[in-house]
Amino acid sequence: MTATTCPTPPRHRLTPLLAGLALGLLTSTASSAAMLDVEKDELKFGFIKLTDMAPLAIAYELGYFEDEGLYVTLEPQANWKVLLDGVITGSLDGAHMLAGQPLAATIGYGTEAHIVTPFSMDLNGNGITVSNAVWELMKPHLEMDAEGKPVHPISAAALKPVIEAFDIEGRPFNLGMVFPVSTHNYELRYWLAAGGISPGYYSPEDVSGQIAADAYLSVTPPPQMPSTLEAGTIDGYAVGEPWNQAAVFKKIGVPVITDYEIWKNNPEKVFGITAEFAETNPNTTLAITKALIRAAKWLDENDNANRAEAVEILSRSEYVGADAEVIAASMTGTFEFEAGDVREVPDFNVFYRYFATYPYYSDAVWYLTQMRRWGQVAEDMPDSWYDEVAKSVYKPEIYLEAARLLVEEGHVDEADFPWDSAGYREPTAEFIDGVTYDGTKPNAYIDSLPIGLKTGDSVVGAEVVAAAN
Amino acid sequence: MTLASEAPATSGDRRQKLFTAINRSAAWLSALGLGWLVPLLKIAAGDDPREQMGELRDSLLFPLLGIGAFLLAWAVLAPQVQTSLGAIPGPAQVWEQTGALWQDHVAEREKEADFYVRQDERNAELVAEGREDDVKVRAYTGKPTYLDQIVTSLKTVGLGFLIATIIAVPLGIASGLSKPFNGALNPLVQLFKPVSPLAWLPIVTMVVSALYVDASDAFPKALVISAVTVTLCSLWPTLINTALGVASIDKDLVNVGKVLQLSTATTITKLVLPSALPLIFTGLRLSLGVGWMVLIAAEMLAQNPGLGKFVWDEFQNGSSSSLARIIVAVLTIGIIGFLLDRVMFTLQTAFTFSGKR
Repeated sequence: MTATTCPTPPRHRLTPLLAGLALGLLTSTASSAAMLDVEKDELKFGFIKLTDMAPLAIAYELGYFEDEGLYVTLEPQANWKVLLDGVITGSLDGAHMLAGQPLAATIGYGTEAHIVTPFSMDLNGNGITVSNAVWELMKPHLEMDAEGKPVHPISAAALKPVIEAFDIEGRPFNLGMVFPVSTHNYELRYWLAAGGISPGYYSPEDVSGQIAADAYLSVTPPPQMPSTLEAGTIDGYAVGEPWNQAAVFKKIGVPVITDYEIWKNNPEKVFGITAEFAETNPNTTLAITKALIRAAKWLDENDNANRAEAVEILSRSEYVGADAEVIAASMTGTFEFEAGDVREVPDFNVFYRYFATYPYYSDAVWYLTQMRRWGQVAEDMPDSWYDEVAKSVYKPEIYLEAARLLVEEGHVDEADFPWDSAGYREPTAEFIDGVTYDGTKPNAYIDSLPIGLKTGDSVVGAEVVAAAN
Repeated sequence: MTLASEAPATSGDRRQKLFTAINRSAAWLSALGLGWLVPLLKIAAGDDPREQMGELRDSLLFPLLGIGAFLLAWAVLAPQVQTSLGAIPGPAQVWEQTGALWQDHVAEREKEADFYVRQDERNAELVAEGREDDVKVRAYTGKPTYLDQIVTSLKTVGLGFLIATIIAVPLGIASGLSKPFNGALNPLVQLFKPVSPLAWLPIVTMVVSALYVDASDAFPKALVISAVTVTLCSLWPTLINTALGVASIDKDLVNVGKVLQLSTATTITKLVLPSALPLIFTGLRLSLGVGWMVLIAAEMLAQNPGLGKFVWDEFQNGSSSSLARIIVAVLTIGIIGFLLDRVMFTLQTAFTFSGKR
């Protein structure tokens, strides 16, 4: 009796199990068919503790890398030079880079290496902060609105009398930025020059960037900016988030302007790999790009709905590590200037919308024009040179291939990508000084800017020498 | 009658044995820093409590009072120092962060387990589809937790100390035995002994990077760089003490050895080493202490994994819990340093006894 009834229940239990297994097999064939045959699956990426490393953290935490069959280790780096050297020597497979880094490395300014980028990581996200003492000196020169708050954007013209006062006392006015070819360096220089302050030139003999300078710019790693400002070594700095908001929270400085106000929707970080890596590992490069595009989409999805979760992830000590409220201050669409002066900046961090992740040639060309403007590129270059360099570093073709695969898999919308773009954005005049930038005419653009080298100029010794004619 | 008279005799014997055992272990316990257990054990064994109380006061009460006073002063004074990261955290916040770091470790291990489950599932699916070739087994790529960093630091200091010992002990014996050798080595020792690890680090980094090309997973480059830096700085105390120990060996022993016509190898193993061991261990103990201090500095500067990097990362993070976490690390470094010293001291005690026997 008992012997005959016993075997039945297990058989019943087995049937749904088998069915489930069969279903699992069906779905798994669909997903693994999409997985690329990656050449290298154990990868190590470097990053600097800044909120715009978010696509990397998100792609890791949400399993997008794993979905592509990639086993990624993320490693914070001490500074931008260590990070770039890591990528060049191969101890890092790729990294969160300043847009200027792949370009400078490729043209041989600093360490020479052919670095390419298939993915632009974000737009905007930087700010310029001055110490409390400088802010007090600037205040009398600012235009105030009816509520007694300063009118934004604040021009560097308000800083000019402060620098003159420093000069009379015989004190140099020092500003920190994160790297000689960093976006922050160029944005800070753009802002200073637009306000009539010379940020100094580079020359092949003197790479300090302080030739004929009114304000002295020097390098400080991003996470050390607040402590360096607090120590009085610098009087202000240009850096990415969360280190401007950190100054507000620590009550040691006041952000005066965001880069969104200097140049609306300016390109910021890129994901850099060596050209050799991209060539020997084409499928891996595609897979990385796919994972990063999905992460960027998640960050901007549903009107920034996921930002709160992103802030929680970024505040972990292995990523940015700053307090969640400090990171949230800029990542959730607001920005706090003077303590209590919180303003809406919905596009302060853009990861996906406005085709933010597409590596535009025109973005590369803008950085190259600034390198020429401040003497990092010592000689005049023809317009064709700008185009060639941009095309050898920025790889929209890889990007679009990855995007196409994602569209086919149903992860992203067809409309999210500029399929027919020639790689140049429309000319724009959305700069603080209203100068129009057309990426296809770099030399004409350089000549139209105030302060800076123009066609034919060069830096000899400690002065700018104009063209002989 | 016989039974009754026998019983007290055996219990008295037993008591006597117990006390002998306690007294014998006293040296070991105090070497391990547990000297205060001795009076407690004696009371438990039935000794006069009043007599032992004085002992207990010296070995337990005063140290506890010292720690208590420190904690109190810390708790009262810390909140009064305001930094840009908030007030200096007191013992309570530091304890809280200790818990947080532990939670963090547990959470990371869970994530790791989940990863392996996912990987196994994926591979099982591939096998079921008959695609065995595509099966991949990859290591988890999460961040190192606080406990991982401690283990890395211990491994590094262990490796560096091992290399230092292998180099320093033979050199020390040689310079203790031979005057000319000692004369030749001495100026070099005097020259390099005071060099700071931070000065060695850039050179070590370049040399190791150039020579150690095929880094294995068990000994990554960063670990070797830190370990070699530790070696360079912890070499000297062992070397100097070994030389001293060997040089101050009893002349009668050496003469006896000569009379017996012992070979050099036998002289070293049977005469020199046993009598020099106490001083060799004194040197080793000093070396390990120096090595541990040097390691933290090297990890901090070179961004090599370990407790030093943990401290630096937290400093860079600059969050409201960073200072408390750094204090957790400071205390951990102190406790581990203390334990390492105790281990060496115990070894030293053990070998000193055998050396006298």
